[in-house]
Amino acid sequence: MAKPPKPTRASPARLIFGDLWEYDPAPETADPKLRARYELFINGEFVRPKAGKYFDSINPATERKLAEIALAGPADVDAAYRAATGAFKAWAALPGRERGKYLFRIARLLQDRAREFAVAETLDGGKPIKESRDFDVPMAAAHFFYHAGWADKLEYVAPGRTVAPVGVVGQVIPWNFPLLMLAWKLAPALAMGNCVVLKPAETTSITALKLAEILQDAGLPPGVVNFVTGAAATGAAVMGHPAAAKVAFTGSTEVGKAIMRQLAGTDRRMTMELGGKAANIVFDDAPLDQAVEGIVNGIFFNQGHVCCAGSRLLVQEGVAERVIAKLKARIRMLRVGDPLDKNTDLGAINSKAQLSTIRRLVAAGVREGATIYQPPVKLPEKGYYYPPTLFTHVTQSHRVAREEIFGPVLAILTFRTVDEAIEKANNTAYGLSAGVWTDKGSRILRMSTELKAGVVWANTFNRFDPASPFGGYKESGFGREGGRQGLLDYTSHA
Amino acid sequence: MPPRLPTAAHARLRDEIGSVDQVGIEERVAKFTTRSIKKQAKVWGLKMAVSMTDLTTLEGKDTPGKIESLCQKALRPIEDPSVPTVAAVCVYPAMVKKAKSLVDGSKVKVASVATAFPSGQTNIRTRLAEVRSAVADGADEIDMVINRGAFLAGEFSRVEDEIAEVVEACGAAVLKVILEVSELETYDNIRAASFLAMGAIRAGDFIKTSTGKTTLNATLGNNQVMIEAIRDFYLDTGIPIGMKPAGGIKTAKQSLQFLIAVKETLGDAWLTPKRYRFGASSLLNDLLRQLEKERTGAYQAPYSFSDATDSY
Repeated sequence: MAKPPKPTRASPARLIFGDLWEYDPAPETADPKLRARYELFINGEFVRPKAGKYFDSINPATERKLAEIALAGPADVDAAYRAATGAFKAWAALPGRERGKYLFRIARLLQDRAREFAVAETLDGGKPIKESRDFDVPMAAAHFFYHAGWADKLEYVAPGRTVAPVGVVGQVIPWNFPLLMLAWKLAPALAMGNCVVLKPAETTSITALKLAEILQDAGLPPGVVNFVTGAAATGAAVMGHPAAAKVAFTGSTEVGKAIMRQLAGTDRRMTMELGGKAANIVFDDAPLDQAVEGIVNGIFFNQGHVCCAGSRLLVQEGVAERVIAKLKARIRMLRVGDPLDKNTDLGAINSKAQLSTIRRLVAAGVREGATIYQPPVKLPEKGYYYPPTLFTHVTQSHRVAREEIFGPVLAILTFRTVDEAIEKANNTAYGLSAGVWTDKGSRILRMSTELKAGVVWANTFNRFDPASPFGGYKESGFGREGGRQGLLDYTSHA
Repeated sequence: MPPRLPTAAHARLRDEIGSVDQVGIEERVAKFTTRSIKKQAKVWGLKMAVSMTDLTTLEGKDTPGKIESLCQKALRPIEDPSVPTVAAVCVYPAMVKKAKSLVDGSKVKVASVATAFPSGQTNIRTRLAEVRSAVADGADEIDMVINRGAFLAGEFSRVEDEIAEVVEACGAAVLKVILEVSELETYDNIRAASFLAMGAIRAGDFIKTSTGKTTLNATLGNNQVMIEAIRDFYLDTGIPIGMKPAGGIKTAKQSLQFLIAVKETLGDAWLTPKRYRFGASSLLNDLLRQLEKERTGAYQAPYSFSDATDSY
């Protein structure tokens, strides 16, 4: 190919990402319709906690109090289980198509109030409004729709076998996707005919209690779903209650292990969706700009508060330098700040405690000799924020490559061969997800069988669908959510 | 070295410049469409888009009368003096003299399509002669089409040599190289053709998506492939190449999305008519309508803007 000789240049060419065209603030203004105080939702009604205690829910973007949330004690959890147990027989006996009607109603009511829920979710959790608007709320509705469709077709869930609900289910969910995790838990349980006692995360209870309003509007029979709010003690009471036939937990591996210890020796069924340290593997034949985009989606989506986040980048040595250069340029374009601004890419860190965890692990990375890169960003003065962060020169023994940081921090490692990539990717206690970037289809197929991860994405990352089961290997947990497999975890077989 | 088979030309070039994943790049550009541009940022963007417009008429029925009204619109899009003139008028070679006589002395340039636009299916001598005559008639800028047949057949040096000859024929005129993306079909081909063209043109010349004469023209996707190619070429060689999406950009909202892509991919140095243009006709009146809305707080009826230019 005839090419003109490349001119030599005095100084290297550089792109200017300045302030020539600054975007004006574009805040989402829909009314989140918050109450000043949220009670417990037991037996179809909002009830005061028996001990009369409340705790504050804080907006992590401003550190201001949003609402007071009822603190459920053991007596309240007991009341919730009594309500669920009382409702179970009639709910399980309803024809599937009738239960499906309720689920369709919930899904539609959630869509009707989508903007309101998106703003509430962003205020309470700190995630960018574009994510709560375009991902959390629509996906939550999609899960209710999907499982509504299953409710009258349960005979096809396990062909040849008769399926039945397991009974009352205790569920505890995390703060990273409050409404979506709630939908993942509620929808399959209800479709199958179970009743539920659910505890939202302490820092993000509001959208669950707003959903309780929708459950009332949908006419869901009292007691079928009960929400008890509180912190770790409430969660332990929900998980440990003798009336629960099954418990489902999403959260950290540490807490998951504690629950398993607590329930060892009982006949309680369990599903656990725990931590992760996913490898995102980029081969030298990958479309690099799209891989970089996928890396960004993988680790900076929801400030990295994602159990399946692609927090370890494994990049083939031949393209490592170019990928890292492109990645640095790309993350300079990320807009960090007010989560309610429609142009914000990275919002607030969910809580002060999480912010200090991130700081502590990043400090460990620096101390252990990894090279840190943070683009110049101006963080708001008030609120919990952390800039997008890259670590290069990371090895398998660095803590930032081994421990789940749950923040916008990417550890970058390199590899030479396919085998080495697989070995490094699997060299972790976790096994929730992985990503593979290559133009070669056969390599994708091989990687997907050899990577010990519940989800392997090829040439994309962080894609979800209600029909696709999600769950982990090893210390990332067991059980699946979504799809037919997810329903089986809420089923007893006869 | 293995023998260089002519049939492997595309694979070899892709190996050198990298490939494009269709799903990934379309997800990337979808993010540009969720940006929310308000208030002063919106006014700035709209005015920038006006100043980047190549106001175009390319029809068999074009007459001196039509060119006159086009040029007047280009010189003074609206009464409001804070609204800039457009970048250029874009016409067929037969209309260059007339257009030049009308805009001469202003900031508005005369661009002319040449090289047997839109198909390019005539011999190179004829195409070059057309370029020379348009330049002699006063064209400041030439919009050429590449030899798509030669590109798809893997005859890359022929494509490059022809572009290089047109560069020579242009003299001082700025060149815009039309890839005709809809005939190249894949993003990989668009990226490859961008690199071939950029290797043959000068700093300040442009690559351009389309003629506007086929079914699919400028999209955020093919714009993104081309501006990423421009970015990679610039970082590699230091040579800044301009970009012109053409055809299909009809609304102010679309044009702002293209500008967001430029801002977030190429940066501030490309937010200028010297390096980014819109090939469009009906876009201008929508930009003006939105600017009037920002100025007065109310939408004006379409007929309150001169020249409903709905061709191209």
